[in-house]
Amino acid sequence: MTLADLRRGDRARIESIDSRDKSVQRLMTMGLVEGAEVVYLNASLGGDPLELDVYGMSLSLRRQQARCFGVSRIGADPGVQRRG
Amino acid sequence: MSSVAASIPVDAIPRSRRARVTFALVGNPNAGKSTLFNRLTGLRQKTANYPGVTVEKHIGTALLDATPLDLIDLPGIFRLTPESADERIAVEVLLGRVAGTPQPDGILAVVDATRLYQGLYLLQQLAEIGRPMIVVLTMADAAARLGTRFDIEKLSAKLGGIPVVPVVATTGKGLVDLKRELTVAMTAEASPPPSFWPALRQTALQLLGGANTDSCGTGIQEVERNLVEDDPLATARLVALKGPGVLAQIEKARADLFRGEPGLAVEARHRYGWIREVLDEVQSAAPPITRWGSFLVDWMNRPYPATVLFFVVMALVFQAVFAWATPFMDLIDGATTALGESIRQYLPDGVLQSLVVDGVVAGVGSVIIFLPQILILFLFIILLEDTGYLARAAFLVDRAMRPVGLSGQSVIPLLSSFACAVPGIMATRAIPDRRDRIATILAAPFLTCSARLPVYALLIAAFVPSRTIGVANLQGIVLFGLYMLGIVGGIGTALLLRRSALRGPKPNFVLALPAFRLPNLRTVAIALLDRVKVFLRRAGTVIFMVAVIVWALAYFPRSATVEADAAAARAVAEANYSGVELTQQLADVDNKAAAAHLEQSALGRVGKIVEPVFTPLGWDWKISAAVIAGFPAREVVVAVLGTIYAVGAEADESSLADRLRSATFADGSQVFTLPMVLGLLVFYAWCLQCVATLAVIRRETNSWRWPVFAWAYMTVLGYLGALLIYQVGSRIAA
Repeated sequence: MTLADLRRGDRARIESIDSRDKSVQRLMTMGLVEGAEVVYLNASLGGDPLELDVYGMSLSLRRQQARCFGVSRIGADPGVQRRG
Repeated sequence: MSSVAASIPVDAIPRSRRARVTFALVGNPNAGKSTLFNRLTGLRQKTANYPGVTVEKHIGTALLDATPLDLIDLPGIFRLTPESADERIAVEVLLGRVAGTPQPDGILAVVDATRLYQGLYLLQQLAEIGRPMIVVLTMADAAARLGTRFDIEKLSAKLGGIPVVPVVATTGKGLVDLKRELTVAMTAEASPPPSFWPALRQTALQLLGGANTDSCGTGIQEVERNLVEDDPLATARLVALKGPGVLAQIEKARADLFRGEPGLAVEARHRYGWIREVLDEVQSAAPPITRWGSFLVDWMNRPYPATVLFFVVMALVFQAVFAWATPFMDLIDGATTALGESIRQYLPDGVLQSLVVDGVVAGVGSVIIFLPQILILFLFIILLEDTGYLARAAFLVDRAMRPVGLSGQSVIPLLSSFACAVPGIMATRAIPDRRDRIATILAAPFLTCSARLPVYALLIAAFVPSRTIGVANLQGIVLFGLYMLGIVGGIGTALLLRRSALRGPKPNFVLALPAFRLPNLRTVAIALLDRVKVFLRRAGTVIFMVAVIVWALAYFPRSATVEADAAAARAVAEANYSGVELTQQLADVDNKAAAAHLEQSALGRVGKIVEPVFTPLGWDWKISAAVIAGFPAREVVVAVLGTIYAVGAEADESSLADRLRSATFADGSQVFTLPMVLGLLVFYAWCLQCVATLAVIRRETNSWRWPVFAWAYMTVLGYLGALLIYQVGSRIAA
């Protein structure tokens, strides 16, 4: 499961990263490292790019980059309405 | 530099005895840096909600108990590894690599308490520079309301004793403490730089052979950054210092430290590991996802509502620009006309009167009249920026921009270009990829800027019938079409360039999205005032000069023959007519004399020389001359048409439209036919008639190649567009 497979409101922990790409390394310096927890907030029009919450910061990235982050789902964030 | 000065390292002089002390103001984008800067220095400068908008170098002076402290406000950064042009400026200033800007004596770091996780990454790297440093914690009040409290003393201890001062930038709470700490830090000596990654520090020290700094400027910080980032320039400097043998040492050091992984990835893991430990100790609980507390904000962040809202806002903007501005424009129009008339009373007929009234007042006045429209346009752009909506727009349209070869990052510069291409092009500094950035720069001048509006407004009002088609007015449809034409031109250009000269990998899209917030009235007012100043300065310099030059070209040389003929005609009229008829006859004589003067003036001659080039577009020599005169600044063309078609003294808009309508060629056929006017509009939609834009392209691309290309390409495109419309249109009409 990768960041790109999450649904709105999912909270997930990053487990593994394919760090070859420069833009992935850039995301890592913004806090997307192994062990970090993120919440999936939104997808843009057409499902791409994505919006994540990373410890209080809202971060936007493309699906292609999101697939480089392996995650495990650890629950739903109570603050995010899942539907509607 | 003198040999005496060179022999004494700057750090050897006690700080307190140096003339000026400079601190750099650094922080993540949207951490509240610019607000703090305004608070401390009182200097006006732009603050906005889009990450990376502070692209200029801003310096201000803070008064601490009457001791001045210079502050450099740097663009927001997340790390000392730059990607975009504005991040590069910030990092290079911090590391003392910018010519003419000495390395700052100290660092004032701003960190947002609700985003302390990312903030601590930069704080570690800043502390390692080893300069005196103070951390300002903003938004701590907001975090406290959400139930997160911070152990400030423990945080300070974790950062190696760097003072941490909570400040509420909007109210000024905490500023007294901050100023006290700054006074202490100003006289502090540089201490051995701490390290939050001892293994890296140790390796770097080994490479340097124990020396911390040297005459080549290769500091410990540079060696460390080079190990992580692999910077050829830094490697060359190290080789110059230690000999070629150091290359093998660097390779081995990287292999030991990173074990085949990219250096940046290893650094991120290491530093965030430290950050998570520190956060557990200094913060009572992780802040909840606050923006979701409000249903409305949540809803507004969803893609579809956000898109609908965006179009509604844009429609409102264009509506406002036209409807709300009219009364103010009428007011300015009345004022300039009255001013011209009263000057005419006081100055005797002749060169001076004509220069002041027809040249300066009419020329500059015809441009100042658009100040209300420009104010409204900029007000909306600034509001969109300050509320965080522009960044949201970038997120929304990223997918749509991809086939063109651009990313959502290009949307902010392009939207700003609807007001003016100059700030739009400057905003491209936040775009990391160079090809992406240049494609955006070359697309920006196509978008309908506020200077095109006067030309559009004049020609549409004069020649497009105000007929209602369905729910829309034909004039409105034409105007909308012209905006679309600009968008098509810009997008098409970007697409072409990304497929040819600027071919390259698709740009990525990584953007920190600021939370929605209510606009700060003070920030908006300061930014708007700044825009007004720029516009008025332009009207007072470039447009003033062009108006005077055009006036002179249209006035000189004075023909004695024309004067004599006119005098004779006047005498005939006075002998044969009286009363109202005489007045009419005299006005007619004056008109004919003015037209004759103009025709043999320098401008008239230039117009006639270039006329053959524009004949295929249906233009006469007067339009040709006006278009040539408008190349430095396109809004000037309205003033020039006003001068050229000025019959008698008044040159207000409506009568200018009448005069354009009645203009004829020598054979009596109408000059301004609908195909010709539509062609002229297309020419204005695509042609790059703006010296300021060319200058900013030159500055931002650091080459003459791109401004020359942009100018030639857009001029040819505008010409071909006008040619096509006129030739096809006049055949359909015939």
